[in-house]
Amino acid sequence: MAIARVAEPGGSQVKLETVKQWGLDREDLLGIYRNMLTTRGLEERGHILYRQGKIPGSFYTGRGNEAAAVGVATAMGPEDVGTPLHRNMGVHITRGVEPWRILANYMGRVDGPAKGKDGNVHMADERLGLIAMVSHLPAMLPVAVGCALAFRIREERRVAVGWFGEGSSARGDTHEAMNLAGVRRLPVVFVCDNNQWAYSTPTHLEYAVEHLAGRAQAYGFEGVVVDGTDVLAVYHEAKRAVEKAREGDGPTLIECLTLRMEGHAVHDDAFYVPKELFERWAASDPLERFRAWLHEHAELSDAEDDELRLHVKKHLNEALERAEESPLPDPESLTEGVYATPEDLDTPHHK
Amino acid sequence: MPEKTYLQAISDGLRQEMRRDKRVFLIGEDIGVYGGAFKVTLGFQEEFGPWRVIDAPLSETAIVGGATGAALMGMRPVAEMQFADFVSCAWDHLVTVAAKQRWRAGTPVPITLRLPSGGGFSGGPFHSQNPESSFAHVPGLKCVCPATPEDAKGLIVSAIEDPNPVLFFEHKHLYRRVKGEVPDERYSTPIGEARIHLPGEDVTVVTWGAMVHTAEEAAERLDDVSVEIVDLRSILPWDREAVLASVRKTSKVLVLHEDTHTGGFGAEIAATIAEEAFEDLDAPPKRIAAPDTPVPFSPVLEKAFIPQVEDVVAGLRELVEY
Repeated sequence: MAIARVAEPGGSQVKLETVKQWGLDREDLLGIYRNMLTTRGLEERGHILYRQGKIPGSFYTGRGNEAAAVGVATAMGPEDVGTPLHRNMGVHITRGVEPWRILANYMGRVDGPAKGKDGNVHMADERLGLIAMVSHLPAMLPVAVGCALAFRIREERRVAVGWFGEGSSARGDTHEAMNLAGVRRLPVVFVCDNNQWAYSTPTHLEYAVEHLAGRAQAYGFEGVVVDGTDVLAVYHEAKRAVEKAREGDGPTLIECLTLRMEGHAVHDDAFYVPKELFERWAASDPLERFRAWLHEHAELSDAEDDELRLHVKKHLNEALERAEESPLPDPESLTEGVYATPEDLDTPHHK
Repeated sequence: MPEKTYLQAISDGLRQEMRRDKRVFLIGEDIGVYGGAFKVTLGFQEEFGPWRVIDAPLSETAIVGGATGAALMGMRPVAEMQFADFVSCAWDHLVTVAAKQRWRAGTPVPITLRLPSGGGFSGGPFHSQNPESSFAHVPGLKCVCPATPEDAKGLIVSAIEDPNPVLFFEHKHLYRRVKGEVPDERYSTPIGEARIHLPGEDVTVVTWGAMVHTAEEAAERLDDVSVEIVDLRSILPWDREAVLASVRKTSKVLVLHEDTHTGGFGAEIAATIAEEAFEDLDAPPKRIAAPDTPVPFSPVLEKAFIPQVEDVVAGLRELVEY
């Protein structure tokens, strides 16, 4: 029995006029498209860098999750904060993290937000309202709830967004975070990127309910299931949830259904995922869907599309060059910054 | 100067900071209406309201994770574990998130975590532990263990002011047993500076928390031996210089703690003394700690577990006669 509401599809049928009512004009829509293209292009370049031996450790991507990540991030306000994870490159891009700094982070260079101290997407620019993830999933959910708690105590109209995957929904942090958020009606939006595979574990071995969003009812707030390959549907639901939280009406759990289109990380060929599943979901590739919609509903011409893609490509090529120029960290920096000094509290959040 | 219990001193320090700084708020289980399991925050909710004295659900993970998020947003949370033992449920948020955030992401996490710790009242294996050594192994955290009312107040102020996650181990057995003069005005006691609890010439005891008082009783019984007691006050960071200076003066040292023996923080202290002051020693550094078992329930067993005054007297005697 499904308890959660299933969102109406946006991408294929919705008209430009409706989308404008949701708060997006044509410029915004092209911005979303550009952010999705940048997200995918950046991760594709990451693959190349990894094969060239320029990225140490491992490499994770969010291929297939671009719409979910960009859609939610677009719905956030400038003063809102979030805790994006390793499938949410689109959040960093949408919030304005420069691609060259992300690539520098992957390569362990000093200009990555983590300055070589942590790798891949374990990074964040706090000036853009982002908080760096840890590997222990979903440890960032209680942290997001804590951000929302601060906003509630100070009576600020700000919202925190916490991401997790369907895999980490099995851990207690999910429960404790949602329970506290529900009890205190905190301004937080929980986004579950359900990409159907927790490393090699399929959903039927992860949870025994139809939709994870259905669990929201147990915490006293609304759950909604949305097609995570449909950026407009994701945006629409995220916007509702963010504004609801902002108005003091409590949390929402949004479950974005996608398929992880690559292995858990670059070393994993995902042999355990049925080929037909990949084929089926490839047919609803988030980028292709949105491109088709823009052509049909927003008068995106082939020429304009080509120009946009070329621009993104050029931007990423420059980013790559700049990232490669970034120096490796000085070994002396290893022991720096274990402890904060009072001056470190001079951040936008500690005023 | 007014005389206060250790518990009143903590309470006073918290209240002063909350009156002074709106960013300071409390979160924990039963801390509001009930005033906390030990009544440290009695009356706080009436004064500061339910959004600054937050009764949390039974959720150590959400309490510490939530405090971390709030700290990242500029608040100064003081979170409470009802008993220090329950911090195991919040380990991840302290060690994985809060401790590493400044180093890897550049964002400070100024949280204070209050941890009522220690045994001596038949609390059994889950209400009596001294888990400070485990956290003293974690770069990025600070571990504070006051022994006196004056330090309890001064160190809770420092912990709240500190831009890092500070674990404040308040010994339950001292709450109402120990009284002392505590200034009414606001003051802070620096984290990382030891104090000489008792000056002496013949032998040094390095200790912290409730064991400072055990060492003092032992010293009183040894009228023919001049014992110097170094109260570390914090074990991360710890005052190596004060310890080494005392050991160089007395040439003999006993490291004493209530936590279990193997891998206890005493091992770090003894190793440092052996490395840095070997030439000044007239006896091998000696350790007295609880045996390597869980904390027992029955009073007879608990007495055998927690280092007693007689144990310290015997240890000191052994060192003096070496």
